[in-house]
Amino acid sequence: MDASPQKITLSNTPRILAARDTKIVARDVNVYYGEKHAIKHLSIDIPDRAVSAFIGPSGCGKSTFLRSINRMNDTIDGCRVTGDILVDGKNIYDRDLDVVQLRARVGMVFQKPNPFPKSIFENVAYGPRIHGIAKSKADLEEIVVGSLKKASLFEEVKDRLDHSGTSLSGGQQQRLCIARAIAVNPEIILMDEPCSALDPIASARIEELIDEIRQNYCIIIVTHSMQQAARVSQLTAFFHLGDLVEFGDTDEMFTTPKDKRTQDYITGRFG
Amino acid sequence: MSDHTVKSYDDDLASLKQMLAEMGGLAEEQLAKAIDAITKRDTKLADRVIADDDRIDALEQQVEEKAILTIAKRQPMAQDLRQIIVAIRISADLERIGDLAKNTAKRTHAISEQMPRKLVSGLTRMGNLAQEQLKNILDAYAQNDAEKAIMVWRSDEDIDALYNSIFRELLTYMMEDPRMIGPCTHLLFGAKNMERIGDHTTNIAENIYFLVHGETIVEERPKKDSTSTTNYNLTT
Repeated sequence: MDASPQKITLSNTPRILAARDTKIVARDVNVYYGEKHAIKHLSIDIPDRAVSAFIGPSGCGKSTFLRSINRMNDTIDGCRVTGDILVDGKNIYDRDLDVVQLRARVGMVFQKPNPFPKSIFENVAYGPRIHGIAKSKADLEEIVVGSLKKASLFEEVKDRLDHSGTSLSGGQQQRLCIARAIAVNPEIILMDEPCSALDPIASARIEELIDEIRQNYCIIIVTHSMQQAARVSQLTAFFHLGDLVEFGDTDEMFTTPKDKRTQDYITGRFG
Repeated sequence: MSDHTVKSYDDDLASLKQMLAEMGGLAEEQLAKAIDAITKRDTKLADRVIADDDRIDALEQQVEEKAILTIAKRQPMAQDLRQIIVAIRISADLERIGDLAKNTAKRTHAISEQMPRKLVSGLTRMGNLAQEQLKNILDAYAQNDAEKAIMVWRSDEDIDALYNSIFRELLTYMMEDPRMIGPCTHLLFGAKNMERIGDHTTNIAENIYFLVHGETIVEERPKKDSTSTTNYNLTT
């Protein structure tokens, strides 16, 4: 197995980091699936109140790293994580850490919209209820309506909150999932290819939504669309074969990348 | 630079470069003929230069169309995007160089057969220098050679220096013999055209640098054109 510390290119970097607080710090993180070394000696600082995009070809480790941030990898047999991942300075792999609490702080949105087979209202109310966030029925209603509004879905569904979440269109379902994630008041939102199952108009609405809420959250988005990464993020990280190759300001990554591998990937010259 | 996964993308970029090479070749040819025409006072050749300018204009339009289509189809990033933007800019400079060559050729008609040959020799020298600069910059573009582009960029001051001396020389002729004011003014405009061609050449050099390095040249370009502050007091 590769034991050498990784060398990553920091594009003079990053202006965004200098201007904001750091939310997530990873140091020498390795992820193994059995014998497979999926993430190699990764170190990165991710800022708060900004969107960071992870890009790279399939199998490069970007989703694997994303899933280590809310310990989703714990559920996979044979998966092992070493190194430190700190959120607000606290190591999330510490033994005394409550994983359920962590996942309330770190929301996640998946590639395929996955609303519960319940009403629109219940989809959003579920999290606040189990985490005991809502004090009363009125409180809960306020949280649900507020979350649906933040996710730019309320106007479209306000007359049918009792309808099933699965009756919505794909784009609406994805916004419902974002509302559900927001409802528990997370600090970090992880998005794993949130638009890949959506048409361009629904994708644009999600991008607009990300832009609107980024002031309040630390958002990380994994995407296969380079244009989407360029549009929605302030920072971009390029992964290749388990290495973090380059991490820098999005404006620079897509105009003057420093590493040849990044350049080849974003210009469509790979392999 | 390795190839794109999508081969037709490479073809798009190659055809842009090819159009630029053709434009550059035409601009060079037009400039050479214009200098030849005014030096030898060959009005037939001058008329050919004037008529042929349309070919450069048409190519500029083709470059623009191809560039817009490629951006729309490929959403280019990084150096691919620079290559397209730079192609648009360079084609505009080459089109202007063509215009300036045409304008110089036009003046052949205004210079009479009787005018002493020595009057035009300065413009010829300047024209040759501008031609050499243009040739070098087109080579630098064809080879993506930023170093060579910088050399051309720096040596623009030679054209500026020559322009200053021609300016003074022609002013002297005009003071000596007022009948020379007409033809000398045309020659002055011709010299100014060559100086402008030098400036367009430096624009191209800056674009080649940007294409290769992704940033603009930071150092100040040496300039020796002082004609705008030169004055001869005719009453003394």
